Amino acid sequence: MPLASYQTSVPVVVDDAKCIADKGCTVCVDVCPLDVLRISDMTGKAYMAYDECWYCMPCEADCPTGAVTVNIPYLLR
Amino acid sequence: MALDQIVDGLSEVSCDVLVIGGGTAGPMAALKAKLKNPKANVVLLEKANVKRSGAISMGMDGLNNAVIPGYATPEQYTKEITIANDGIVDQKAVYKYAQNCFEIIEELDSFGIRFLKNENGDYAVKKVHHIGTYVLPMPNGETVKKALYRQLRRARILISNRYMATRLLKSSDGRIAGAISVNTRTAEILVIKAKAVILCMGAAGRLGLPTSGYMFGTYENAANSGDGYAMAYHAGAALANLECYQINPLIKDYNGPACAYVAGPFGAFTANNEGSRFIECDYWSGQMMLEFYNELLSGKGPVFLQLKHLHPDTISEIESTLHKVERPTRGLFQQGRGVDYRNDSIEMHISEIGFCSGHSASGVFVDDNARTTVPGLYAAGDMASVPHNYMLGAFTNGSVAGIDAMEFADNHDFAEFDAQDVAKERDRVLAPTRREDGIPPNQVEYKTRRLVNDYLQPPKVTRKYELGMRRLAETRQDMQEHMIARNAHELLRALEVQSIMDCADMAVHASLYREESRWGLYHWRTDFPEKDNENWFCHTLLSKQNGKMTSEKRAVEPYVVPIADDEKDLYDKQRIRATA
Repeated sequence: MPLASYQTSVPVVVDDAKCIADKGCTVCVDVCPLDVLRISDMTGKAYMAYDECWYCMPCEADCPTGAVTVNIPYLLR
Repeated sequence: MALDQIVDGLSEVSCDVLVIGGGTAGPMAALKAKLKNPKANVVLLEKANVKRSGAISMGMDGLNNAVIPGYATPEQYTKEITIANDGIVDQKAVYKYAQNCFEIIEELDSFGIRFLKNENGDYAVKKVHHIGTYVLPMPNGETVKKALYRQLRRARILISNRYMATRLLKSSDGRIAGAISVNTRTAEILVIKAKAVILCMGAAGRLGLPTSGYMFGTYENAANSGDGYAMAYHAGAALANLECYQINPLIKDYNGPACAYVAGPFGAFTANNEGSRFIECDYWSGQMMLEFYNELLSGKGPVFLQLKHLHPDTISEIESTLHKVERPTRGLFQQGRGVDYRNDSIEMHISEIGFCSGHSASGVFVDDNARTTVPGLYAAGDMASVPHNYMLGAFTNGSVAGIDAMEFADNHDFAEFDAQDVAKERDRVLAPTRREDGIPPNQVEYKTRRLVNDYLQPPKVTRKYELGMRRLAETRQDMQEHMIARNAHELLRALEVQSIMDCADMAVHASLYREESRWGLYHWRTDFPEKDNENWFCHTLLSKQNGKMTSEKRAVEPYVVPIADDEKDLYDKQRIRATA
């Protein structure tokens, strides 16, 4: 069966201006229990690659520059 | 190399004690094992990252079950848990926990985790349970994981993050020999030979589907997909009382605790739509959940946690705890809903089903030394069968497991396993990556968990369970023949779905076996609505025998702490009697 992708608005938002992943920081990617954050090849910044979030906060709490914001996933809001 | 790209690889390492799961019980088990024999190698394997993994990734507001001299005795606590769990308790393990937990509190205190004390310097313990007083707030509870991590580093525990264990290895004579794991970002296989293995892999929390429909909006940390239950099962270990589901009263939609344990001692209470109390006690027992369920269906719902009647300063104190630790996004959620605890009550609902001994009694069977029925294999925390053991139980029983496992490792050499077992497991693990097209893991998971909700949620109806079993079997076939993973991350999810499916099958099997109703809502069988002490005052043990799922009865061990006849049903009287 062929696969299609469908759109989803992701709860974790990264402020590219504050994110220092392009300088080698991987803190948010490292701490996420669900392993849903990645560094973008295009921008060098962190982003939520998989919408599998427990809205638990380590990414936001541990980010050294305050670049990460965790929102409540839309379906729960 | 880009993250998630699949790499072909297999390596092997060995250690004396392997601890799988770095949440709460795991770090303590690893630490105690290493302290027991500092020369030995202890590996702590974790699917996520030990720094922030497990149920307490953001800390905890307090201890729910602290047995502190002057406030409670081990005898009293053992009695309380025996009654709350409808008598089906091997008291030895509960009693041992109750005796040891104060020492662990003092040890955690020495790690820098503070516990609330009053002006005299005594622990300020609060009452939530029906009989005794066991709730102890933790003023810097957000620092728990950090404090543990420091200890692990200091003791030189070898930590391997982002490895998901998939199966245990055994020798031909049935002794534990190690585990097979897969890197969650590269799909490389790592075989770990070990003399003893401790499973600390948390609850099976991704079994039911939350009512929000968001698959990862579970009560438990969504990483807790029941892998430990599945691994123990496939290794031939016995699992106890799986029909005693975990179901919790939670903030509706948010699906986290409200939390009555925090707010209750200050005077908050659970109320119906008329603003009236309807349960005697907010302690999470199956009997309490049944009343909660009945109230929701009676037309008197919704059910709320009410605290607006409290003094504004008290509300602020509760609020700061609720919005800082355990599930700190509670604040964001309430803000989004326009809920201010000063004016509004918190709408509550009941959670999806799961297995968890931390809150109920469904876990891998262990004795009072945390030993499973497989020699050399241990279990602790939410996934081990010591009932109602919560965070402090995870620490305390993790400690017991670590010490006993190191003793075992000191007295045994490595057991030999069959290389064929590794080859077979590698093929099973990687099968979804070798398909060109098929069904993605998220769809298989959604369907499985939707079936769990449709057919397995209590009240348990035999006919529904039989239908559920058939639907699950069809979905399992799809999973085994058609599930596809295009990268290592999808493979992680694909492997988790297989754990979820195994847990669903075990839930069906265990529930159909026990032909009575017990533990309130947790095991309410409409075809057998009464408690039947004559035939079912026993544990049930589920295990894989000759490749088949099998259940059997196991007698409850003689009590260490006797329970008087008039005490036995104290938790059955949860509903407040109507008064004029």
